[in-house]
Amino acid sequence: MSALLRGFVYGLLVVNAVLLTSAVNIWFERKFSARMQSRVGPTRVGPLGLLQPFADVAKLMSKEDTVPASGNRVLFTAAPLLATVCALAAAAVVPFTPDVVAADLDVGVLWVLAVGSITTIAIFMAGWASNNKFALLGGMRSIAQAVSYEVPLVLSAMVPVVLSGTMSLSGIVTWQSEHLWIAAWPLIPGLPAFVIFFLAMTAEANRIPFDIPEAESELVAGVTTEYSGMKFALFYVGEYAHTLVGSAIASALFLGGWSGPMAATMPWLGLVYMVVKTLFLFFMITWVRWSLVRFRSDQLLAICWKWLVPISVGLVLVAALWVELVPGVH
Amino acid sequence: MEVALRKIQRPDPYLDIADVEADAELMLLHLGPQHPSTHGVFRIDLYLDGEIIVKAVPFPGYLHRGVEKLCERLTFVQQTPVVDKHDYVAPMTSEQAINMAFEALLKVEVPRRARYLRSIFAEMQRIASHLLWLGTFTLDLGGAMGGGTTLFMHCFRERETILDLFEEVTGARFHYNTHTIGGNRHDLTAGWAAKVKSAMDLIESRLSEYVSMSYENRIFRQRTSGVGVLDGALALELGVSGPILRASGVDHDLRRDAPFHAYDEVEVKVATATEGDCLARTKVRVEELRESIRLVRLFLDGLPEGPINGGKPIKLAGQYKVNTGQVYVGIETPRGELGTYVIAGGEGGASPYRLKFRAPSLHALSTLPYVLPGATLSDCVAILGSLDPIMGEVDR
Repeated sequence: MSALLRGFVYGLLVVNAVLLTSAVNIWFERKFSARMQSRVGPTRVGPLGLLQPFADVAKLMSKEDTVPASGNRVLFTAAPLLATVCALAAAAVVPFTPDVVAADLDVGVLWVLAVGSITTIAIFMAGWASNNKFALLGGMRSIAQAVSYEVPLVLSAMVPVVLSGTMSLSGIVTWQSEHLWIAAWPLIPGLPAFVIFFLAMTAEANRIPFDIPEAESELVAGVTTEYSGMKFALFYVGEYAHTLVGSAIASALFLGGWSGPMAATMPWLGLVYMVVKTLFLFFMITWVRWSLVRFRSDQLLAICWKWLVPISVGLVLVAALWVELVPGVH
Repeated sequence: MEVALRKIQRPDPYLDIADVEADAELMLLHLGPQHPSTHGVFRIDLYLDGEIIVKAVPFPGYLHRGVEKLCERLTFVQQTPVVDKHDYVAPMTSEQAINMAFEALLKVEVPRRARYLRSIFAEMQRIASHLLWLGTFTLDLGGAMGGGTTLFMHCFRERETILDLFEEVTGARFHYNTHTIGGNRHDLTAGWAAKVKSAMDLIESRLSEYVSMSYENRIFRQRTSGVGVLDGALALELGVSGPILRASGVDHDLRRDAPFHAYDEVEVKVATATEGDCLARTKVRVEELRESIRLVRLFLDGLPEGPINGGKPIKLAGQYKVNTGQVYVGIETPRGELGTYVIAGGEGGASPYRLKFRAPSLHALSTLPYVLPGATLSDCVAILGSLDPIMGEVDR
């Protein structure tokens, strides 16, 4: 198979898988939050309301596509596309089984972090191009948040990289299948690094309690205030895709990805492990979201700079020492 | 009333923006009248330096319906259903306030059973109102798409049980029109008291869940502690009353200090706090929920038999006539002192010559220019929510 054809087929597969899972996750989140709040959630469209996300998309597609008269039309249109494309592009390097990887880059971790951070630019573009004060405030907050949370995100992702000695996500998962999950062994840089990565990833995907760029009780709808129709849907799907891909990457970096009992002999079992781990992390994010109120932006930054950054710097040092002192890591 | 006078630097509500503009580029943000967190139609013009508020100018009046003028045309017995729409979160107390003023003016005696019924209704209404407040306040903090909604839905579920009980007695879930001059129009149905008691047990057992989801939660505490601090002296100057005043360290509650209804027959424990911030207001209101549950049980146990109306049966709209006199009656609603000032002698004596309401929410909103400067935009939403303003009552 030529590389181009392979890339095309895998790309189509991964993008569709992520989008479809995002749609199901939207349904799941609505049902789950409804049960938490003693409601029933969507029940009308399809069995158990399963087709509700598709009905929502159909509704949003048929809506009028408005651009603010004094806004910047090019940036306004490009922003939701960029947000969704970047979230999906990060999925390219996620190893689902030892063989099913769309692009097994040697610098997979770097690719994920770099592409993920472009989402922030998309959000700021949306805030700026809307020419709306609420959207602008949302964009400003998003920049402040991203500048802060990128640092612990990158530093905590360094822990598995240092331990396994590779930047390829497949390589990291293979290392974990030979040793143990990084979140469990070595416990000290592993588990706190996982927690920090998870927190920073939630912040980057703008989920409660870190959703201050859209903060609808303060900023109406934040950066998406002026958006309607399919452009809004792209932001919405982009947010879910970002969360989902983030969960997949966190499980590949720290929870062993496809590795697990019998996975070496039966590769399809690896896919099951990977999906279960990813969905579990997504479930945790959902659970947190529907339980907590949100931080104020200055509190968010204080947590990041006073706690997460110093701790994650320390964790990278501990990981480096571990590699030096404990035999048989590499 | 003893108030510990704290010397704090009060922001100047009449600050000239031209003085500030020189060193900071301020952004003028119209928060409202169509904004998800302004609790109705209310506008605040915020002058923002980044996200810090430099000056705040509140603009009430978007919901003005001219009710006070309308009341000069309506006769005494026609006014209850109109004032129901003032404080639409606690309509029972609005009805009680206006009818108590007319009773004082017309010198109509209220039977003891009716006073007990009014006390029960007032306390149940306070529970419903405070539950709604707690839910919407976390909604302001946590957003309509997150943890805020969860508590909001739970609070509404409990509030629903109280509305069901009101519906059973009065036939209406919201705008009851059950109070009239001299007493009440509807007596309790059979078995109502038992249902109320089980509802109170349910709400009391679930209160600890709400507390753990609200002010025992760390993020909630961080968002409310030290935010929107209002000192007791300023609160008194601005005429603030109710839970906001009590959270600022002033021990003042009309139920205890100037008893009406049947409150002189029970001992009302008044919850106070000294911090004066949003967290203190939350704590005071939750304490009041507990106290109201206790009072409802107490009143139900002591409910006497007898007539429920000491006035004349309503046959004519203009059956009550009085040409001289004026009266002010203040009662403690969930939001504070709701005063009704009536001058007799309009429309040949069948209507008030002038009727004026003293709405507690309006006084609460008047603190905004003092409290908001220095806070962030996120704090602004929290502070506004903690004041529990009902725009129907503010604008009338």
